[in-house]
Amino acid sequence: MFSLASIATMAACIFLFGIFFCVVENFQHMVREMEKSVAVTVFFNEDLSQEQIDDIGEQIRSRAEVSDVVFVSAEEAWDEYKEIYFEEAPHLAEGFEDDNPLANEAHYEIYLKNVESQDDLVTWLQSVEGIRRINESAQVADVLTNFNLLVGYISIAVILLLLCVSVFLISNTVTIGIAVRREEIAIMKLIGATNGFVKAPFVVEGVIIGIIGASIPLALLYFLYTRLVNFMGDKFNILTGLLQFLPVNEMFRILLPVGLALGVGIGFFGSFFTIRKHLRV
Amino acid sequence: MIDLENVKKSYATGVQALNGITLHIDKGEFVFIVGDSGSGKSTLIKLLLKELDPTSGTIKVNGMNLNKMKPRAIPKYRRKLGVVFQDFRLLKDRNVYENVAFAQRVIITPTKQIRKNVPRTLSLVGLAEKYKAFPKELSGGEQQRVALARALVNQPNILLADEPTGNLDPKNSKEIMRLLETINERGTTVVVVTHNQEIVDAMKKRVIAMHKGVIISDERKAGYIQHAD
Repeated sequence: MFSLASIATMAACIFLFGIFFCVVENFQHMVREMEKSVAVTVFFNEDLSQEQIDDIGEQIRSRAEVSDVVFVSAEEAWDEYKEIYFEEAPHLAEGFEDDNPLANEAHYEIYLKNVESQDDLVTWLQSVEGIRRINESAQVADVLTNFNLLVGYISIAVILLLLCVSVFLISNTVTIGIAVRREEIAIMKLIGATNGFVKAPFVVEGVIIGIIGASIPLALLYFLYTRLVNFMGDKFNILTGLLQFLPVNEMFRILLPVGLALGVGIGFFGSFFTIRKHLRV
Repeated sequence: MIDLENVKKSYATGVQALNGITLHIDKGEFVFIVGDSGSGKSTLIKLLLKELDPTSGTIKVNGMNLNKMKPRAIPKYRRKLGVVFQDFRLLKDRNVYENVAFAQRVIITPTKQIRKNVPRTLSLVGLAEKYKAFPKELSGGEQQRVALARALVNQPNILLADEPTGNLDPKNSKEIMRLLETINERGTTVVVVTHNQEIVDAMKKRVIAMHKGVIISDERKAGYIQHAD
C-alpha cells in the first residue's frame, strides 16, 4: 500500500522531470539552431589587398570559438542585394552595372560555435589591423545567452526540488516498512542476520519502486511527446522553421537512461540511508 | 563457556541493573537464574546476547570477549546462541515450517539443507505434524515449542531462555522444561531465567539467585532460593 503511494509519487516526480527535461532540451536545441544563424560581419579598410584579406580570414579561422567563416566579395554582396531588393524590378539595378555601389562592402561572415563567446571575438577583432567595421547582433546574443542561463538555473532548481521530494517519499516508505516489520527485524538480528541481510529487502524494494516509478512516466512521456511533435508538425507547420523539435528517438536516447538512473538512484540511496539511520545494525 | 567478571550495568536513567556480577558457566551445564522483577535477570540475558554493553567488567562467551567484539562480528557470534522468550516472538503471518526455516534463511543455509533440518527439529519438539499451522492456531505451549525449534535449528551451543514458561500453564511448562532437559542432554548449554518456583524445585539443577543486581546464592541441585529482604 505504502509502496503503491511511493510509486505513484515517484512517477509523478519523474513525469514532471521528464516534461521539464523535454522543454529544456528542445529550447536548447532551438537556441543552438538560432545560434547557427547569428553571425558577426567584418568589413575591411579600403586599401587592403586580397592577400591581406585572406590573411585576416586565416587568423579568424584559427580562433577556437569560430565555427565557420564565409567570405562575401563585393560582387557577391551586390548580387545578393539585387536579388533581395530589385527582385520585382531588375531593370532598376542595371544602371549600376559597371559601378558596384557596394565596392567596399566585401566582408567575412563569421559564425560562432557558441553565442556567448561573441563578446570575446569582437574585442579581439577590434585589435586586428585592416578591419574597418564590425557588425554584431549583440542584442540577440545577449537575449539568447541570458535566456539560456535562466532556463539552466530554473531547471537545476526544479530538478533538485523534485529529487528532494522523491528521496523524502522513499525514506518515508522505508521508515513505515521498518515500523511494520520491527519485530521481524529484531528476531532476524537476534538469530544472527548480517547487516546486509537485514537491509537487502528494503534496498531491493526501494530500487523496484524506482524502476516502476520511472518506467510508467517514461512510457507516458514517449507516447505524449510523439503525439505532440506530430501534432505540431501537422497543425502548425508554418512554425516549423522556428520551432524545431528534437526527434523523439534523439530525445529518449538521453531521457530514458537519465530517467531510469534517477528512479533507481533515488530508490537505492533513499532506502539505503534511511535503513542505516533507523536500524543502526 | 560463559564467564562474567565483576560486570556492572547502569542505564542512562540512573538505574543500576547489575552491580558486580561474577559468574562462570561450564559447557553442557543447565542453569536457572532466578530472582524478582528488577533483580537484573533480563539485563544479564541482554548482555549475553550483546544487545547491551556492560558499564564495566568483562564478559566472555564461547571464548570471545564481548567487550572487544566489533559490531561486524556480532551476527556470527549470535549464530552460536539460541534464544527463546516469554512471548514466543513468532512471525504471525508465517506458518510453523516458515518460522523455523526463517532462522536458517537468515544465516543463508541452502534450501536443500533447510528441507532436511526443519522437519528434524520440529520432530524433536514434537510438532512435525503441525508444520502447516499458523501461530494463532496453536496453543501457548505449542507456540513456545515452535520458538524452541527456531532457536535450535541452527544448532547453537548455548540456549538462552528468558521466562520460557511465563505464559504457560503447569502442564505445558513441564513439557517445555522436559524439552529443555533433552536439549541439554544432547550437549547444549542451557540458561533459563525464570520466576517459576515449582519448576526450579522439580528440576534439581544449578540455581543462581539474583537480587537488586547482585548474585545472592549459586547452588548446584538446589531448589528455588528466596531472598531475605
